[in-house]
Amino acid sequence: MSDVLAVAEHRRGDLRDASFEVVTAGRELADEQGGDLHLAVVGGDVDGFAEELNREGVDVVHTVAEGEEFNHDVYVQVVEQLYAQVAPTTLLIPNTVNGLDYAPAVAERLGVPVVTDAIGVSRANGSMEVTREMYGSKVETTVEVDADEVVVTTRPAEWPQTESEGSADVQAFDADVDESAVRSTVTGFEEVGGGDVDISEADVLVSVGRGIDEEENLELVEALADTLGATLSSSRPIVDAGWLPKNRQVGQSGKVVTPKVYIAIGISGAVQHVAGMKGSDTIVAINTDPNAPIMDLADYAIVDDLFDVVPELIEEFGGESPV
Amino acid sequence: MKILVTVKEVAEAEDDFEIDGLDIDERYLEYDLNEWDDYAVEEAVQIAEDGDDVEVVSVTVGPERSEETIRMALAKGVDRAIRVWDDTLAGAEMLDVGAKADVLASVVEAEEPDLVFTGVQANDDAFGATGVALADTVGFEWAAVVNALDLDAEGGVAHVHRELEGGVEELTDVQLPAVLTIQTGINEPRYASLRGIRQAQRKELDVQGLDDLGLDASVVETPVRRTAMYEPESEGDATVYEGSAEETAGQLADLLRDKGVVEG
Ligand SMILES: Cc1cc2nc3c(=O)[nH]c(=O)nc-3n(C[C@H](O)[C@H](O)[C@H](O)COP(=O)(O)OP(=O)(O)OC[C@H]3O[C@@H](n4cnc5c(N)ncnc54)[C@H](O)[C@@H]3O)c2cc1C
Repeated sequence: MSDVLAVAEHRRGDLRDASFEVVTAGRELADEQGGDLHLAVVGGDVDGFAEELNREGVDVVHTVAEGEEFNHDVYVQVVEQLYAQVAPTTLLIPNTVNGLDYAPAVAERLGVPVVTDAIGVSRANGSMEVTREMYGSKVETTVEVDADEVVVTTRPAEWPQTESEGSADVQAFDADVDESAVRSTVTGFEEVGGGDVDISEADVLVSVGRGIDEEENLELVEALADTLGATLSSSRPIVDAGWLPKNRQVGQSGKVVTPKVYIAIGISGAVQHVAGMKGSDTIVAINTDPNAPIMDLADYAIVDDLFDVVPELIEEFGGESPV
Repeated sequence: MKILVTVKEVAEAEDDFEIDGLDIDERYLEYDLNEWDDYAVEEAVQIAEDGDDVEVVSVTVGPERSEETIRMALAKGVDRAIRVWDDTLAGAEMLDVGAKADVLASVVEAEEPDLVFTGVQANDDAFGATGVALADTVGFEWAAVVNALDLDAEGGVAHVHRELEGGVEELTDVQLPAVLTIQTGINEPRYASLRGIRQAQRKELDVQGLDDLGLDASVVETPVRRTAMYEPESEGDATVYEGSAEETAGQLADLLRDKGVVEG
């Protein structure tokens, strides 16, 4: 018993990238353990999905035709039942918003430990070792799980996607879903964040984070954006506070941007922010903290107070600093 | 109606820090109310303010130091607080998701709330799993990453928005009793008023040990251990501009001119 079971993710008719990343992570682990990689896809066009999921290294794709979209009450039951059949040592689930909506419950039902947001997994030394971050990505930790079985959620975009075609067995799994235990109903979806500008179209973004401190200080970065002819964007706390509209938010739950130049001002570089801007051509960080995770990503950096640097920068270009 | 809010005091690392063994050296840690829990507290307090007969109770698993944070929640309108701690918990190497869920479950069983609010994640260890694990342990329904809530208490349904990736929200109806993990941006957390802070001093803050909750030491025995902590090797090859603000701004200006961001 040394197999790995991974679960794919889809939304509104499309498989999500995380599905192909979890194949890569799962194969690596299965190789270390000398076992098979089983992949499950639950709901939606499972046969179509199974064709796409038949990638190199996948031994079996289990299709479970239950519902159209993700519903955690269904997923929890199905994955628990499939787990009992496959009897893997490791259950891998993408650490997405939906993954976090059912993985902990599956672990609870199976009575096995769960470790979330892994950026590395290995069983090379016998027990499962998971690499994860703490304290806002300032440190990494190794977490050892001294148990035969474990549920691990894998951080999106940490593993490459497996692209090449495979030769998996596709097997339909007949789950027995207790409808009385389905106590939540997905009634629809809603797009948010339209509006005046599309930051994903901008060539140059001046992006501001919590380091700006007060709403009235936004004037300063607005003046810089004006001077540079750039578009203003932000990290999440600025939007949460209602200082800028949602369409300005860069990140996992906001927009993905790929400008030529991204200037991150007073932004720490939390993983959910980075998810939205790491594809920028040139990244510039202005931050007082030399250890801020954004520094690892930046091409150019100034370790200093933004309230000292930004006014100087505005003046360099003949603009007028409001402070 | 009763709403239970889980409140965690989290540690934040200062800009410069040292690691001592398996954790950041205590000298470089500052403690504060978990950002996501602040929004959870606010959501509960707003529901209490809008309705008759709603009690808001907070629960914290944490040492005496965390009472400062708990008083902050009380000052913002939480009616009474429970803090769970004893020598066994203090001596535990690491409370994993299952252990936290078991401890909190016994509080849920004693309090019998209609709703439990937790933060989406705690920004120190960022497991993001306690709320859903707790829901399943106590047999409540749940929803993770909730950024809008319209509560129909009489109908026993919470209409929620779950914030998915990429600017898409999922609309879901959840049967009560339920655990909702609250995302930032769902509301605007208030500052504690001076009056609130004074009143908080008189509110009940009940300290309970595992015994009081009918649990024994086995609850903290978990197979999950932290075995290493280190500063990640910097993959960055950033050019760091040195000098006064004027000098660094000048260098950055040159770069932006080079890149054609601005002319001249
Ligand atoms: C499910 C989920 C989805 C999320 N989605 C997103 C998302 O889409 N986008 C997003 O951005 N976040 C998102 N987040 C939030 C994310 O985890 C962080 O909380 C957020 O990105 C932090 O924003 P920040 O960097 O502006 O603030 P902080 O992390 O507080 O960083 C502020 C930075 O400013 C620096 N600073 C302070 N003062 C100064 C000064 N005077 N001069 C210069 N520097 C200064 C500090 O050193 C620090 O590095 C999400 C979180 C979750 C759980």
